Amino acid sequence: MPDLKINFCGIEFKNPVFTASGTYGFGREFNALYPISLLGGISCKGTTLAPREGNPPPRIAETPSGILNSVGLQNPGVEHFINEDLPWLLEQKTGIIVNIAGSTVEEYCEMAERLSETAVDIIELNISCPNVKHGGAAFGTSCASVTEITGEVKKHCTKPLMVKLSPNVTSIADIAKSAEAAGADALSLINTIMAMRIDIETRRPILKNNKGGLSGPAVLPVAIRMVNEVANAVNLPIMGMGGISDWRDALEMLLAGASAVQVGTILFNDPLAPIKIIDGLNRYLKSHGIARVSELTGAVQLW
Amino acid sequence: MKYTIEEAKLLKKEQLAKGIFRFTVFSPAVASVAKAGQFANISVAGKILRRPISICELDPQFGRIRFVFEVRGDGTAILSQAVEGDIIDLIAPLGHGFDLGDPSLQAVFVGGGIGVPPLLEAAKSYGRNASVYLGFRSEEAMILVRDFAVRGAAVRIATDDGSLGYHGFVTDLLKEKLQNDHVDIIYACGPRPMLKLIAAMAREQGVACQVSLEERMGCGIGACLVCACPILKDGVPTYRHVCKEGPVFNAEEVVWDA
Repeated sequence: MPDLKINFCGIEFKNPVFTASGTYGFGREFNALYPISLLGGISCKGTTLAPREGNPPPRIAETPSGILNSVGLQNPGVEHFINEDLPWLLEQKTGIIVNIAGSTVEEYCEMAERLSETAVDIIELNISCPNVKHGGAAFGTSCASVTEITGEVKKHCTKPLMVKLSPNVTSIADIAKSAEAAGADALSLINTIMAMRIDIETRRPILKNNKGGLSGPAVLPVAIRMVNEVANAVNLPIMGMGGISDWRDALEMLLAGASAVQVGTILFNDPLAPIKIIDGLNRYLKSHGIARVSELTGAVQLW
Repeated sequence: MKYTIEEAKLLKKEQLAKGIFRFTVFSPAVASVAKAGQFANISVAGKILRRPISICELDPQFGRIRFVFEVRGDGTAILSQAVEGDIIDLIAPLGHGFDLGDPSLQAVFVGGGIGVPPLLEAAKSYGRNASVYLGFRSEEAMILVRDFAVRGAAVRIATDDGSLGYHGFVTDLLKEKLQNDHVDIIYACGPRPMLKLIAAMAREQGVACQVSLEERMGCGIGACLVCACPILKDGVPTYRHVCKEGPVFNAEEVVWDA
């Protein structure tokens, strides 16, 4: 049997397949279809200090091989998560990444401190949400602000801190280096790509928020390129995401330099996609005589 | 949460009107637990998003369910090309359907256009105590009238162009009914302006009213929070989700002018 286990930030996960923040809630709805213990883990819905109502609808638009979304971080707040969702999640025996977002550095720090007291595995610093007016991507699009927020949050965080990067930047490798220098333990990328669609009859954007984030198979090649650039620029473990739909895509992401992957948009089409990806990776390792999945990380040979 | 992913065989495909199709599928796992007003999220070849389509009829004894849908865009156009024997990949039953009362209650069903099919299964449960008002653009767009009548419901039709039945809005028929008869509950599905008007009439008469709403949807199971609609919770507008807390809501709680 090939070994799908990975060690990510010193924590062992049963396989490298996670579900991406914002597509999987806190896991309950999918656990009704299959046990989420099969996953390497889940990255929970982006959580803020206080509950948030999110953006007005419509919040989604279909695009060629993808979707735009603009949910705007609707969530019940970090205390609700800790009291109502986390106890259930801990019983499910799956890896737990908590994605945190804030509108000030202080809010991020407070959440990191609070979550460090719990049994979550990793804190994912969401400085790349394109759908909120304050904070969000504003923190993630300049090297100076990435350095500042990563450094500050790190002081309040005793869990591994994984910084989630925005693709809406000139050089994602430079941003990644800033996060590394400021003490990030891992990186996750990419968040969604800023995009827009217009209804040709009403001449209005389809999304009420005008703009939203593009995700789905359409963004996979962008994500692969960015993960590879970042992998070549830093010495941090990477969780790669962006348009992964099947095990071949996941494998590409690992070869590009990721140690683990997150699967998101495809879940809306096939809730079982992560399970099929785990199976597919297993079969690939077996048929290629590879002992451990971790051997694939960064194994691409550039020309 | 009792939904499953089921590969349901398309047993029968019928065209009910221009661009409107009825699929009867073999889906025993869904048919055994589904309730009136719930929906299925159906996979369409080449599209990321599934298409949420309401369940029109349930036959748990033979493991069959029926959907009626209108071709509105690429996705439903692809779905409409399925042929008998094909596999329909669906996740169902989803959402909160109609809350059905005692069959002895006087129930009124008001449907507009493609809002008509989700009412059928609920209307059946009231037998002869159901009064059904169906509105269509024209006679050609008319669907399911006999299906409602077969259980003894009194059915009246309204068309926009007067080509059949009452010439005018279906809400006029409801108004007349509310003026003349005792009504215990109203169930409605159709265009939002129609629902808003019905909600106002129900409120005025102090009659309970349940409406089935639509919103652009993502996962369909309540995880992605995309299909938000403002619903009053203790008098305060709060985003609820059509896929999980809906599609059926108490009309009194819907924020109509959001």
